[in-house]
Amino acid sequence: MHELGIVFYILDDVKKVALENNVEHVNSVTIEVGEVSTIIPEYLLDCWNWATNKNELTKNCKLKIETIKAFSYCETCKTEFETVKNGKTCPKCGGSHTYLVKGDEINIKEIEVI
Amino acid sequence: MDKIRVIEVKESVFKNNNEHAALLRKKLKERGTYLLNVMSSPGSGKTTTLVNVLGRLKERFNIAVMEADIDSDVDARTIANSGIDSIQLHTGGMCHLDASMTEQGIDNLNNKNYDLIILENVGNLVCPAEFDTGSIKNMNILSVPEGDDKPLKYPLMFEVCDLVVINKIDVLPYFDFDVEKAKANILMRNKNAKIFLISAKTGEGVPELVEYLANEIIRFKTEE
Repeated sequence: MHELGIVFYILDDVKKVALENNVEHVNSVTIEVGEVSTIIPEYLLDCWNWATNKNELTKNCKLKIETIKAFSYCETCKTEFETVKNGKTCPKCGGSHTYLVKGDEINIKEIEVI
Repeated sequence: MDKIRVIEVKESVFKNNNEHAALLRKKLKERGTYLLNVMSSPGSGKTTTLVNVLGRLKERFNIAVMEADIDSDVDARTIANSGIDSIQLHTGGMCHLDASMTEQGIDNLNNKNYDLIILENVGNLVCPAEFDTGSIKNMNILSVPEGDDKPLKYPLMFEVCDLVVINKIDVLPYFDFDVEKAKANILMRNKNAKIFLISAKTGEGVPELVEYLANEIIRFKTEE
């Protein structure tokens, strides 16, 4: 639901990078989105298409989304497990003292520019 | 043919906001202002709870409330009518507040020497949890009719909240809300969460919450 806000954050960063690097046009932006980041890629793309076409620098700029798999760590048996499949419960020992190691991030990986 | 280049950025989308939030927290610490970010679903009784709680704190502390909504100023007027400084922040359609919007709100308040500023975030359990507002602590209000399984459905919200207030306990007999289950679900998300049971309508449990907040503010203002 906060996809539009995320798009504005991405574009702020992209504009900053573009200015620092004398960029004429941004062709594409690649982002990494964690599996449990609460972002819905379809909504993000809708917002993206609307927001990028509002200025020349990012007109028709593509958004490429790469997914980062989510992993959690169990403090009881000291193992890592897949978060989406198991939630907060360790599949090995059944413990609930677990925390997310990765998979909630939204990173800008790279931008392709002219 | 134009030459296409690839620039590596490798930066979190939240980096700027997180940096801004950290700066705001530092500024608030210097001023001795305790900023409490209050989040919940729509209709959980945020405004009623605030009127009741702040009514009992306003003799001891200098307080302001910032009401964030997509539109309207009904909540800000309710707070203002109870004799507490308040302003309305409009998010312009956005579902959350970030650190820069919060700071703009603080800069627009009447004065700079508040002991406590309450940020009443947009009523929503998803988006506000993602954005650090620069608050000192986060509080969630969970009302009985919403069900004891809310912390299971909105994990991040309950992970980021230091304080969870279970509101509307006066209607417990009419709902299948299991208090012990709710507490276990909250603690599963954040084992250090402080939990209070209140009815903002009848006032039950409110004095305990008020005392806790008063001690928090004093500790915050006196500790190095």
